[in-house]
This record gives sequence, C-alpha cells and structure tokens, in this order.
Amino acid sequence: MEDKLSFEYAPAPESRAVVSIKPKYGHFIGGKFVAGTKHFPTINPATEETLSAIALGSKSDVDAAVKSARKAYVTTWSKMSGKERGKYLFRIARIMQERAREFAVLETLDNGKPIRESRDVDVPLAAAHFFYHAGWADKLEFAGLGTSTKPHGVAGQIIPWNFPLLMLAWKVAPALAAGNTVVLKPAETTSLTALLFAEVCQQAELPAGVVNIVTGDGSTGALIVNHPGIDKIAFTGSTEVGKIIARAVAPTKKSITLELGGKAANIVFEDAAIDEAVEGIVNGIFFNQGHVCCAGSRLLLQENVAEEVLSKLKTRMAKIRVGDPMDKNTDLGAINSHEQLLKIRELSAAGDLEGAERWSAPCELPGKGFWFAPTIFTGVTQSHRIAREEIFGPVLSVLTFRTPQEGIDKANNTPFGLSAGIWSEKGSKVLWASRQLRAGVIWANTFNKFDPTSPFGGYKESGWGREGGRHGLSAYLKGVSHE
Amino acid sequence: MNFYGLVDGTEASLKKYLGALSGVDQVGADARAAMLATRSIKTTSKRWAIDTAITMVDLTTLEGADTPGKVKALCTKAVRPDPTDSTVPSVGAVCVYNDMVSIARTHLDLIGGQHVGVAAVSTAFPSGRASMAVKIQDTQDAIDAGASEIDMVIDRGAFLQGRYIEVFDEIVKIREICGTKAHLKVIFETGELVTYDNVRKASFLAMAAGAHFIKTSTGKVAPAATAPVVLVMLEAVRDFYSMTNVRIGVKPAGGIRNTKDAIKQLVLVNETAGPEWLTPSLFRIGASALLNDLLMQRMKMDDGYYASPQYVTID
Repeated sequence: MEDKLSFEYAPAPESRAVVSIKPKYGHFIGGKFVAGTKHFPTINPATEETLSAIALGSKSDVDAAVKSARKAYVTTWSKMSGKERGKYLFRIARIMQERAREFAVLETLDNGKPIRESRDVDVPLAAAHFFYHAGWADKLEFAGLGTSTKPHGVAGQIIPWNFPLLMLAWKVAPALAAGNTVVLKPAETTSLTALLFAEVCQQAELPAGVVNIVTGDGSTGALIVNHPGIDKIAFTGSTEVGKIIARAVAPTKKSITLELGGKAANIVFEDAAIDEAVEGIVNGIFFNQGHVCCAGSRLLLQENVAEEVLSKLKTRMAKIRVGDPMDKNTDLGAINSHEQLLKIRELSAAGDLEGAERWSAPCELPGKGFWFAPTIFTGVTQSHRIAREEIFGPVLSVLTFRTPQEGIDKANNTPFGLSAGIWSEKGSKVLWASRQLRAGVIWANTFNKFDPTSPFGGYKESGWGREGGRHGLSAYLKGVSHE
Repeated sequence: MNFYGLVDGTEASLKKYLGALSGVDQVGADARAAMLATRSIKTTSKRWAIDTAITMVDLTTLEGADTPGKVKALCTKAVRPDPTDSTVPSVGAVCVYNDMVSIARTHLDLIGGQHVGVAAVSTAFPSGRASMAVKIQDTQDAIDAGASEIDMVIDRGAFLQGRYIEVFDEIVKIREICGTKAHLKVIFETGELVTYDNVRKASFLAMAAGAHFIKTSTGKVAPAATAPVVLVMLEAVRDFYSMTNVRIGVKPAGGIRNTKDAIKQLVLVNETAGPEWLTPSLFRIGASALLNDLLMQRMKMDDGYYASPQYVTID
C-alpha cells in the first residue's frame, strides 16, 4: 500500500440533479405564480454563477399580494375551523419532508451554507416548525393565552438570508396556525427556497391567497411595512433596519415583532468540560459561517483556563473543512454575498487597527466566490469595535475575565441580548449565571440548539417578542391574556 | 520510573494529577462523535482507508474452544488475508489467549509472518479478578512464549472504588515485566466504567503508568468500542502528547464489525488525535468479523459488484 500518512477525503459532492431552477421567477400571489416586471440576478455565492433572475416586487405587486391575502382571510381562512387549518399545515410539513433533498440542495446553492447543515439542520427544523404549529391550530384556546383570542388578519413578514427556509417556517407556520394569512418577502439574495415553498403550498392545495410571496429588495420590504392593508409586521434582520421598521410602524395600529442582531457572550468558566466547550465555541461561531443572529461571537474565557482553551481551539479550528458547500464533508461554506464579505473584512480590519491579535485557521480558500477563513481575535477588550458590533461572519472576539461576576458583567455590557452560553460542570454556577444574564436564550453546555417548542427572541436591541413555543404563537393572536 | 514527571508514584500525587483533569460533557461528546459519523468517505479515500484498516486489525480469537488448529488458521489469514490477491496487506497482529502464544508465534514464523505481532491477553483476562502474583505470572508466561504485545485488563472493581493507586501500581508492575520485549496495551472495559469521566480518568492514569496503548474493551462486555468512548480516548492521547511529547496508541475492540464502522473509527482518529495516529503502531482495531467485511468491500471497489461471501475465507 501507499506510504502516506494523511487521510485525504475524496470529494463527496451532493448531486444537484434533484433541483430544476427556472431561468426567471415571478411572485406567488393568490395561489398562482405571476410574472414580475423588473428582475435582478440571484447567484451561488460559492461560485458566483448566476442561478436565476428574481422579480423585484413593486407597489402594484405588494398591493395585489395584500389584496389577495385579505380576500383569503375574509372568505376562507378566518372561517375555517382550526382542525382544518391544522390539516393543511400537517400536509405542508409532510411535503417538505418528502422534498427535503430538493430544499437542502437549493438552499445550499443559493445561500452558500454547507449541504450537511441544510440537510441536517435547516430543512428538518423547518418541517418540524410546521408539524409543531399544525398541532396548535385546533388547540389555541388551550395554549394558556386566553379563550377569546383572534388572529390579526394579514401578516407582512420579512425574512433574512441566513436561514432562508427556516426563517420562512418560523414566520409562516405560527401565522397560519393562529388563523392569519401572510405576505412574505424573502431576502433578496436567497429567494429560491421560498419560491419552492410556494410550489409546496400549491401541492398541498392550500387555499389561494393564504400564503403570498413577493420577492424583492429593501424597497419591496418597505412597501410591505408601510402598507395600510397589513395588520401585523414580523421582521428578522439587522437592528439597524429593525429600528427603521419600528419607527415606521409606531404611529400605526400594526402589531409588530422583531428578531434583530446580537453579540452573544459564550462564557467558559474554569470548571468547564474543556473539549466539549471547544466544540461549543466552534459550533457557536462557525455554524452557518457565523451568519447567525444568536452566534456566540464574544468568547469570554476565565483567565486561568484561557491559554488551554485557546490552544485547543486553534487545534480544532485547523480541522474545520472550508470549501465547496455541496461537498458532504464541508464544515464551513461561502459567505452569502460580496456585500457581507466586505462588511466582515471591514470589521476585521478594525480589529487589527485597534490592536487585537488576529489568527486564522490555515486553510485554502477557493479562487471564485466569497470566502473568509475561520478567524479569532485575541486580546480584545470591551472597548474594541469587534467586541461591540455584530460582524455576522466567521470571526470570534476573545476576551477574558478573572471572577465569575466579572464574566457576567462583561457578558451583559452590550446593547444586544439575544443569546448567551455558559460552560461549567458545576450545576449551581450554571443556574446562578443564567439568572444574571440578560439574554433571551441561554444555553448551558451547548450552543445554537433550536427547537420549535422553545421560544426564541431578544432582550434590549436584539428584538421585540418571541418566536416558537406558546410565546411565539401569542405574537400572531390578539386579545391574548396570559393566564 | 519517573512517570513522565507527572506523578511520583505516591497516592497523593496520583490524586492531584487525576483531580486536575477537566470533566467530559456526555451530551457534547456524543454530539461530536455523531457529527464525525456523517463524514462521507468515497473512492480513493475509501480505498486508502480499507487498506489502512486492514493493517490495523488485531485479528482475534478468544474462545474457550480455541485449539492449535484454529489459531494456526487465524495466523494464516492474518499474514495473507486474501489468498488470491497479494496486494492485500497483512494485519497488525493476532490476539490470542496466553497458552496459544507459542503456537501462534511458531506458525507465523513458519509461514513468513515475522512482521505480524502476537498479542496475548493477560492479567486474568477478561475479569482481572486474580491475585497480583497470578497476574504477574500470567504476563511472564506470555512473554516467555514469545508475545510481542500484552493486552492487560485493569482492576475495574478497584477503579470504581476509587483505589486508583492500586490500578496504577498494577499497570506499572506489568509494564516492568514487559520491559523492552513487549508493548503494553491496557484494557479499561469501558462498558463497566460506564461514564466518559471515568474513561478519561482511566486513560490518563494508564498513560502515566506506562501504557503503550490504551484499549477500550475485552470484547466480552457490551457496550464496547462506541464512537464517543473512542473519541474521549483519542482526545486523551492527543492531550498527553502535548504534555509529554510521547504518542500513546489507542485500540478500540468489540463491536466494530463492518467497513463502515472501521472507516468511522479512522475519521475519529484523523480529526481528533490527528493523522500522525493513522498507523498500526498507534492505532489498532480489535476484531474478528471485521476483516472479511473489509476484504469484501475491497473486492467490490475493484470489481464494481459484491462478490459472494464464498470468495472470502472463513478463517
């Protein structure tokens, strides 16, 4: 046999034959695909190949979608029993499972995330959200939200590009279960799985107009936010845009939920299980290329274990497989867009300039597409920009603390409050820390775990309201009384 | 012995050394092992993995019914696993009971298998329930008979009672007997130690005491070489290397029956301890049925179809 030491994994690409991408797409309004007027390209960020042309939603498109949603709400969906609504949701969930490979491949092509993640995380979780909410549709009065709740009517939903299908599921499933109809706008760089979801709605014979999808950019989103025919706005995206939306909605009667940015602290105490903590740090910041609002982007290490953790973290980071997202062995895929890559570079350069020490995993980046090697900055302090601003990429800022209280104080010293992580084998410390942390989701000895039964949402500038669980359901109902 | 400067042989120093180890989070270790099990190993890398795995097999027979004839057949298979294909490498060693060692060694030498080791299970295998004098004699017998590798069991009772120093002293004594004649593999019987914290503790204890290899199981207790247990042991040898600059080997044994399982083990090695461990001198797989599945998969890769099981020899 050959005398070679290294175990090179041969390419193991997932086949893209399972998807057929049309050269051009329109909107999905009133149960039908309707042609758009202006179009913009959507590309594969791993190769810069143009995948298709996406319609830019105009005022008349949004008007038509809202009109269709209103009609469906008044004539069909609000009159239908919860049991019947639930049947549609179950049907959608099952079809999503049946077409899981198609969704996973399309998501990876359009978004740049590794097929392992779209296959094992995004798509199964999206289906799980429909299954979970399907069960609530006929049990709303038993959800502990009061017995006289009503749907809002038409919900306008604007979702981000980091988990395109999953964020669609987080928005659409509870809205439909509660009896609302929706107008949804996917992010401009990642519309394809939402358009495939429109096909699933047709396949499930969902009544026309219950789900409407208008593609486009921020201007289309603004049309939805400001549309007088919409009763509720749900937005997931940056804090910056969230503030604009909050201002726009404030003088109206619209109800609103916002899932915004984060700068989560991942706190490793001296008594942590170090190897698993290192895995959790990697999963916290490098999962989905760090394009995760709840990413553990600020690592807080207790000083007496900092050196050991950092040394193990670097060893582990050198094993991260960066490259072709369609390869089943890839751990870190492409940055979603050129624009995002520039933002990551800009903030990383700020880290250099402010005197933090940069270390990137030694890995070869593909020549085409948008790539950023997994990177950590050590010697970061609270006053560095990279400790305060959301980078939304595979870049980790490492800070240290001396006592548990100092760790908590640094963790909370941020305008954000979406998530936090605690690593300790000592149960009493975990409970103590979780009570001090001002964040919506707190993981103990794990990170980036999601479940439809668990509410998700932020404190402070990370958002308003919750998604998932009974709390998330309440956002799509009015007249809620918390019993 | 200076135990790499990690302990001085006293109970107090051993307690301090083991007490400084960080814990293992079971959920996290399980998740990491499950993630690594999703690696897709195809074409050239699969072929490389199959041949590498063959060289790492400790081809084993540990039955009350073992006879010289059975052991000789095993040795023949070990040297030339596929009589029709000379490109198939020999396995790492044969693993037998004490009284079969000289038969195995003599037969291997007779058929050109000088490069194949003979491993003897020792210290009142599999339970370890005997006096130290018997354990010493057991080991000495095996070495006198020509064993090049000693697979000893630890006293799990003592370990679970927290009498770590006794476990440590036993390993030290057996290592002394091995001297330069035999490599020492220390079997934990992880199915009896149960927790990953115990596996980690046993790993560091055995390495400081002088083990050349740490081994999961006897093959007589289930569960045996589960992926997370092997992961924890690979992390231990990796960390021990960074502490001492000495590489200790790992041997999963029990429950690894097919090529898929074996390749998963190699992936664990590659991404945990590192590619330096992908050699039979640092990684072995204790198995009996595995070898034939590796041969079947190898034939399939060459021919493009699965052959009848009759094309591989049963022993």
